[in-house]
This record gives sequence, structure tokens and C-alpha cells, in this order.
Amino acid sequence: MIEMKQISKFFGDREVLRSVDTSFEQGKVNLVIGRSGSGKTVLMKSLVGLITPEQGQILYSGHNFLTMSAKETQALRAEMGMVFQGSALFDSSTIQENIMFPLDMQTNQSHEEKVERVNFCLKRVDLYNCNNLYPSELSGGMRKRAAIARAIACNPKYLFCDEPNSGLDPKTSIIIDELIYEITHEFNMTTVVNTHDLNSVITIGETISYIYEGSLAWRGNKDEVLISENQQLNEFIYAQPLTQKIKDLI
Amino acid sequence: MIRILELIGEYFLFLKMVFSRPEKWSIFLKKLIDEMKAMGVDSLLIIAIVSATMGSVITIQTALQIENSWVPAWTVGFTVRTSVVMELCPTIISLLLVGNLGSRITSEIGSMRVTEQIDALEVMGINPASYLVMPKIIASLIVNPLLIIISIAFALSGGYLTVWLTGVVTSYDFVDGLTSFFRIYDLYYALTKTFIFAFVISSCSSFYGYRIDGGALELGKASTNSIVVASFIILMLNLIITQIML
Repeated sequence: MIEMKQISKFFGDREVLRSVDTSFEQGKVNLVIGRSGSGKTVLMKSLVGLITPEQGQILYSGHNFLTMSAKETQALRAEMGMVFQGSALFDSSTIQENIMFPLDMQTNQSHEEKVERVNFCLKRVDLYNCNNLYPSELSGGMRKRAAIARAIACNPKYLFCDEPNSGLDPKTSIIIDELIYEITHEFNMTTVVNTHDLNSVITIGETISYIYEGSLAWRGNKDEVLISENQQLNEFIYAQPLTQKIKDLI
Repeated sequence: MIRILELIGEYFLFLKMVFSRPEKWSIFLKKLIDEMKAMGVDSLLIIAIVSATMGSVITIQTALQIENSWVPAWTVGFTVRTSVVMELCPTIISLLLVGNLGSRITSEIGSMRVTEQIDALEVMGINPASYLVMPKIIASLIVNPLLIIISIAFALSGGYLTVWLTGVVTSYDFVDGLTSFFRIYDLYYALTKTFIFAFVISSCSSFYGYRIDGGALELGKASTNSIVVASFIILMLNLIITQIML
């Protein structure tokens, strides 16, 4: 479980996170939703240590990430996997080398064991016969799946996905959502997903934190999100004509 | 002025991050060899062409300048060797490498920053500065002096070929000049300069690539800035080293 307590972050005079209090549960897909520029990415980058908040605590199983020593931070990061918005696969390496990279750096497995693990991860994300291809040779959806395979290569306890559906067509988005949901339950990971994809919200959102202008404006789950009376959340959820029609039907 | 001091401070903090213990020595050595191959192979052809033509031009110009019966003919070879070994190859070729190697390093690291690959390394618990930059700096410290030695060889060969083809002086006189009054200290001076310039080229271009904050536009700016700054530092250091060592 990950808990954020009173997290605040400033860029110059601008407060991009305002005393955010939320938690992400183990074995569940925890969504962070909000409009573009609301602070979701800053929140996720704070969670993984790419940004240091000025105030507050980030507790991983009760241990404050922000006060850990370099060695403790490195040990915790070995338990993290992250899928970036643009996949962030290494351009000059093949898909197999990309997925093998965290295994090379964090384990002492033999080459054969690593290849076996790579093949397992690729199979798990339904990517076949692409071990020797380069990221530029894959489609957007395949790149996302390869990035997920790399993120789960070292059996992480925590999986972070920053807008995994961005730039994908609706059908591929559903496949990625299903994949994230399945692997979260299969490996009992604490998964945090940044999204503004409404389909993700209503299908995989086991816990949902809604961020509005840097503050936590609402917390609930996929069953509660459509019937919430929070005005800011409703403005976000029912912003599109299609969702407005669904609301009228409800 | 404050901005320049901030930049210098950032550069030294960056170097502190770069020179930390690699996570895995086996991977560091593999990357080091890859970098040495890339740097050497990428630059060899252009260095050979520039050096050979530079040697030819210096030979012709020197021969024309001292077309006088009381100046011995071997002076041409002597002057060409001294200019090539002490100044032209270490400095001009290093400036050429700023454009060639330096811009490649800035673009490579910068595009990794822009596409979040550096963030991905950090989340994996790897020190990206050390993992990406240290092999490049060490590789350039090894490869650049070798490239300069090759460059000197090509420049002198270019001069010899010119003498042989044009007959501005006899080949015998030219070789006599090349081998006259040779001091090993001249080579030591040239390689010392090259070694320091290699560090400037690789660290400066890596620094500019690593600190990119933005998109593709920033990448172009960073590449230009790294070339301008590294060239300026090399020229200034050339002055200082020459004053100290000669």
C-alpha cells in the first residue's frame, strides 16, 4: 500500500499539488484522474521520486520514501515498474534488450534465465515474434505493451502507468486497460494509473482519486464515480456530449 | 554573470553525479567498448581527410614562404611537423571533434531526456548520469588521443605526398626536416592538450544534453550551445596550457 500525506509541490510561486492526501491499495488498480494540467503527472513523478515535494510524506508500506537513504531508495526502486506516456523504450536497443535491461541491472540471473523471463513477459502482454525488432518498428499499442513487459520484468510490487492509453485507438485502449487490470491481480501489485480516459475510469477504476487544480477533490471507485454529487468531478466526467447523454439515461 | 556562475555550479554537480561507482562493472565495460568503437569509427574518415589536406596545404604554403636560397630546404618539413604536432592537429582536430562527437553526444542524451528514457533509468534505480555519461567521457579520453596520433600521421603523409607530387622541395629534404630536432616533449604537449580537450568535449556536450528541459526545439538549441561553449573553452584552455607548458 502507498499513502500520500499532505503532499505539496511548488514550481516557483505556483503550487501544483496542494496538501494531497490519498492512498493506493495493494492488489488493485488505483486511478488518478483529472484534467490536463491538474497535477496528475507531478503526483506520479513524486510517487516514484522523479520530483521531490516540498512538504508531506509518501509512505510505502509505512516507510517514508522522502526520508529514505540512497541505498533504501535504490532497493525500493527495484520493486517499482513504470510505464511512461511515450513508452520510453530505449531506441537503440531491441525489444528483447529493452526488457532484459532491468534484469541485467538488478539481478544476477544467467543469460538463459533472462531470455526465459523476457519471453514470459512478452507472452504475458501478447507480443510474439518481436524480440529482435526495434521500438521504431512497432505500432503505438505494441510499444505500450512492450513497455508494460519491461515494467513487470523484475516482478515489481508497485506498477505506475502514466496515461497508458494516450494516443491509442479505443479498441487498443481497452486491450491495454484489460492487460493492466489482469497483471495487477495476477501478481498482486499496487498499480497506480494516471488517466483521463473515461472508459478506463468505469472499467478498471477500483479506487479513483480525482485531482482538481492540484488538490484531491474526490475519492471513490468505478461504481460511485457516475453517481457522485461532486460538481467538479461531474464537470470532468460529463464534459463530452456522449457522456452527457449517458448521464441523461442514468 | 549570476547565470554563468549557476551554470558552472550545475556542471560540477553534474560531474559529481557522473563520477560515481557504476551499478555493474560488466555493463559499464560493455558500454565503454561500444562507445570507443562508435567514437573511433564515426570520426576516422573525416579526420583522415581533414588532416591529409591540412598537411598538404601547410606544406605548400611553407614552401612558398621560404623560397629563398639561404633558408635550407629541410625547413619545410621541420615547420610542417612542428605546426602539425604542436598546434594544428591537437587544436583544429579537437574543434572538429566538438562538432562531430560533441553534437552526437548532446543529441543522443538530449533525445533520451526528451523521450523520458532518462527518467525510466532513474525509476529503475540506476544513476542515469553515471550509466550514460561516464563511459562516453572515459571513451573519449582514450579514443581522442589515438585519433590525434592518427591525424598527425595523416597530416605528415599528406605533406609528403604533396612534396612527392609537386616537387616544391625534394622528398629527401622534406623527410630530413620531419626528423630534425624532434623533441618527445612536443608530442607529450600535444597529447596533454588533446586529453584535456577530450574531457571538455565529452563532459560539456553530455551536460548540455542531460539538462534539456523541453522538446525537440530545445534539443537543437542545446546542441548549438554545447558546440559554442566547448569550442570557446578549448580555445581558452589552449592559450592557458600553451603558456604553462611552453
